Amino acid sequence: MKTLLVAEYRDGKLLNSSYELVAFAQQLGAESAMFLVGAESVLPAYNGTLYLADVGKYGEYNPAVHKQLLLDVIAKEQPDMVVFSHSSYGWDLAPRIALALNAAQISEVVDIIDGVPVAPACNSKLRRDVKAKTEQIILTLQGGAFGLEGAPNGTPTVVPIDTDVAAQVEFCGYEEAEAGGVDLSRAEVIVSAGRGIGKPENLAIIEALAKALKGEYGASRPVVDSEWADHSRQVGTTGQTVSPKLYIACGISGAIQHLAGMKKSEFVVAINTDKDAPIGEVADVLIVADLKEFVPSLTAKIQAL
Amino acid sequence: MKILVCIKQVPDMESKFKLNSEGNWYDNSDLAWRMNEYDEYAVEQAVQLKTQVDEADLTVLSIGPDRVKEMMKKALAMGCDRGAHISDDDSFKKDPYEIASIIAAFAKDKEFDLIFTGMQSQDRGSGQVGVLVAETLGIPSITTIVDFAFAAGQITAKRELEGGIKALIKTTAPALLTCQLGLNTPRYPTLPNIMKAKKKELLSIPVAELHKVASKQETARMYFPEKRGGGLVLEGAVGNLADQLIKILKDKTGVLA
Ligand SMILES: Cc1cc2nc3c(=O)[nH]c(=O)nc-3n(C[C@H](O)[C@H](O)[C@H](O)COP(=O)(O)OP(=O)(O)OC[C@H]3O[C@@H](n4cnc5c(N)ncnc54)[C@H](O)[C@@H]3O)c2cc1C
Ligand SMILES: Nc1ncnc2c1ncn2[C@@H]1O[C@H](COP(=O)(O)O)[C@@H](O)[C@H]1O
Repeated sequence: MKTLLVAEYRDGKLLNSSYELVAFAQQLGAESAMFLVGAESVLPAYNGTLYLADVGKYGEYNPAVHKQLLLDVIAKEQPDMVVFSHSSYGWDLAPRIALALNAAQISEVVDIIDGVPVAPACNSKLRRDVKAKTEQIILTLQGGAFGLEGAPNGTPTVVPIDTDVAAQVEFCGYEEAEAGGVDLSRAEVIVSAGRGIGKPENLAIIEALAKALKGEYGASRPVVDSEWADHSRQVGTTGQTVSPKLYIACGISGAIQHLAGMKKSEFVVAINTDKDAPIGEVADVLIVADLKEFVPSLTAKIQAL
Repeated sequence: MKILVCIKQVPDMESKFKLNSEGNWYDNSDLAWRMNEYDEYAVEQAVQLKTQVDEADLTVLSIGPDRVKEMMKKALAMGCDRGAHISDDDSFKKDPYEIASIIAAFAKDKEFDLIFTGMQSQDRGSGQVGVLVAETLGIPSITTIVDFAFAAGQITAKRELEGGIKALIKTTAPALLTCQLGLNTPRYPTLPNIMKAKKKELLSIPVAELHKVASKQETARMYFPEKRGGGLVLEGAVGNLADQLIKILKDKTGVLA
């Protein structure tokens, strides 16, 4: 079994998620080689062949060009699997490669059991075993699903690569996330509001509980997208990563992108009307109740202590 | 200008799911169905674009059984001009490659200037169909957009990256865009528009006319994840629950000490 691992580089740095691909190959006991559009000065700690294209020349985002660079390497290496992170870079590039190779792509793989990739379905309420019918397969791995034990180490053998294919889109730079607002990463208690609060006025219920517990309030993404809460309060992959002593998720279903931001919390309480909500998987206590009734009652009792 | 938007019907994610008898998908009965959330952003963006440019014809496409027409009528009421229903009772068994091939076969000779899809479907969540359609048609695609502007054939979009950073991308039409949460706030169809939508074209095309490829993958088994144990589930009267939780917080966390 031979894997080609597609590492990622952004804004002058190698992304740590690249090592999850290495962990995946190790778990499979597979041979590996690595592909990166990056820089000679920031090499991954990896023992193996690294096919390296110069990011200065080919850009950090340039799908048609990265696709050709990668296809050339695949033609040479003939891997059984091409492995990406399920990230903004991976889910953009992987289907382009899959189509060009006539290969099956299995997205957001969380596990491999007896050689069969497992992927979530229906907001993580279900799992599915996915069987590829093609010889080569393309995988994107869910962030955090495969972790390296210990610090990464090694020095790659660098093979420089080039292409002269034309770009289809123009990448004009980054816009940073809005700065300012609250720093949730320092809060010891976070009470977060999800779409289950129903309307913006109900945010006051969540704020009151946060205050009674001397903590901060946070929010899931739909609450922020609806402008009911400031972006600095968003917990998750595209928001903040937090690890408070106590995290209370109110009306939050527990989508993977939210869990990624809070699963390191020491103690998790979830309040949800849906007993099967996936947040239950990470919650130490799941209260099956309507937050509009339960939270005010809890707040009042805490204030009375 | 010609615009296409692709939408999928998915179960409400708060539904109580059951498995089908083959154990390879969820049971389709007794579910509340809705438009895939990401596709609502796609429809809204397409409708906004249509009102912005002077002359545009906006087609909404969906592959699925007859029930998807209900959702397509919503898209028509939101402002799409015509509907192409690719009639397929077995669409849930098709893999992203087959679905994309069907869409591409439909779009091939129609010269759409812009195609919008969702970034992923909520039930299968492969995040592949949009890019596969674009690659099959040989047009550029930009995924996960949270901002979109169009002027004189030039597209300026912002892609969302991890940590809330955005990448500014430009390209030219024809192109395909996959839409992400936060791109816009989808409108609610008004009653007059719901009435008007009833008169709009909603054509059904048998899937066999467009389905010419074989699948590359299949869901062999679907199942519920094992509960990772330890978690306590509490149900009952609200006041009582609050007392129980306070006791737990006192015992297990330093928070109420
Ligand atoms: C690339 C990408 C990045 C993303 N980044 C993030 C991110 O950083 N952070 C984030 O949060 N999401 C993120 N998301 C979105 C994520 O996938 C989910 O859509 C989102 O987390 C859902 O938010 P929610 O749980 O509040 O809403 P929903 O999923 O709609 O859940 C609402 C929950 O409330 C419950 N509920 C309803 N009424 C009540 C009531 N009265 N009382 C109690 N419970 C009730 C329901 O049972 C349900 O479980 C991202 C998605 C993508 C694709
Ligand atoms: N059956 C379908 N009919 C129409 N469009 C679809 C269908 N399935 C997927 N799509 C489109 O492709 C996007 C990505 O789907 P997926 O690759 O399944 O995650 C969706 O958001 C839709 O825009």
